[in-house]
Amino acid sequence: MGGRESTLVLLDKNGIRCDGRKIDEPRKIMIKAGVLKNADGSAYIEFGDNKIIAGVFGPRDVHPKHLSNTDTGILRCRYHMSPFSVTERKNPAPSRREIEISKVIKEALLPSLMLEKFPRTVVDVFIEVLQADGGSRCAAIDAASVALADAGIPMRDMVCACAAGKVADTIVLDVNNEEDQAGQADMPVGYMPNLNKVTLLQLDGVLTRDEYKKCIDTAIGGCKLVYQIQKKALTDKFFENGGNQ
Amino acid sequence: MQDDKKRYVIPGDVITTGPYRPDQNVTLDGNRIIATVIGISEISDDGVRVIPLTGMYIPKSSDLVIGKVVSHTSLSWEVDINSCYVGILPAADVFGRDFSAHADELTSKLDKGDLIAARIVNFDRTRDPLITIADRELGKIESGTLIKISPSKVPRLIGKRGSMIQTVEMATHAVITIGQNGLIVVSCDDSNGLLKAIKAIRMIEEEAHMANLTDKVKEMLESR
Repeated sequence: MGGRESTLVLLDKNGIRCDGRKIDEPRKIMIKAGVLKNADGSAYIEFGDNKIIAGVFGPRDVHPKHLSNTDTGILRCRYHMSPFSVTERKNPAPSRREIEISKVIKEALLPSLMLEKFPRTVVDVFIEVLQADGGSRCAAIDAASVALADAGIPMRDMVCACAAGKVADTIVLDVNNEEDQAGQADMPVGYMPNLNKVTLLQLDGVLTRDEYKKCIDTAIGGCKLVYQIQKKALTDKFFENGGNQ
Repeated sequence: MQDDKKRYVIPGDVITTGPYRPDQNVTLDGNRIIATVIGISEISDDGVRVIPLTGMYIPKSSDLVIGKVVSHTSLSWEVDINSCYVGILPAADVFGRDFSAHADELTSKLDKGDLIAARIVNFDRTRDPLITIADRELGKIESGTLIKISPSKVPRLIGKRGSMIQTVEMATHAVITIGQNGLIVVSCDDSNGLLKAIKAIRMIEEEAHMANLTDKVKEMLESR
């Protein structure tokens, strides 16, 4: 059920996926914090073939002024794909999809931020996708969260995100572009590991109840792996000698 | 740094679950005390706090800050104090109690672009921070070199009871004014001393997390 017809073998009989991974294996993830000089905080992530850079400004004055809130700070988020991030040139104007993902990312990050400490200000998060390959919203959240911590904005917890999905009737961790196109379901999950709270949950496709439960557990397992990498990125930048984690 | 009391933390790290009072940069989740910024956690008798290693300057009453005048209304100046809020310097503070909005021209005392050393009088969530320059060491800064460092490194630059900054001042004969907001003015008659003082400040900023920094700075200052 679901998915497009394709000649690609998504899962062979040994349980190896089309890019050579096992079903519970994420792609290779690398995060680097503090890559931009002019932003208050920044991070670069390579999540498989995704290459994404995130920059954070703020807290700072809100312009236009009418957006400001006297009770709390606000968060603005811009997810943008570069024209060269996909095989066919992408029009740089924000598309319907980018506007939606910006909103989704904003809402995934907001529960972790303590913006009530900075009334009448704004925190701006800019996310630039340099190269896209399935699951870029999860990778973008991971990078944005590290960038926010790098900027020193008070956070209740880090937000880590990872997707799980259903491919060839099997629940797999971290679906890539091919699996997303030809697979049966894709479920990106945002998660705060220390508070054990979910901040993002989307599902594209059809799952039974049992599959749904398994899928969300798999995704949260992936988030915990991502968290260790986020932690390492921040530790490397700030405590390069003698970090204890 | 691996003792029980001090630890490197990132947001979300559980510092302790004991019956402590949450102090700066921590939040309470049930009985767990969680760090909210990247920094060094400290557990003392009166509470748990995290000394941040990054972040913006948040105004605090009675802090000395260095700011740049950005604009003025007929009653007050607006001063950029390197924070998310602008400092408000009321004209009456400079002209005295008999200030009159008709008679006195604000630009005659302080103009756009002027640097001032000021103290924060009052700040709360609802209003922009109120600052004053009515004190002996405060007022317009006429000369010197302006250096900007991360506000989170300022305590390290000052050192315990001012030890670090005294070391630098003694060795270079420079006069260094440190704003809590990360802006620093260095003035020195001797150009070599000036360069050395700037180099020392940059070094402290870069290696703020290192142990034995005072000795290292001393060594650097004494060389050549």
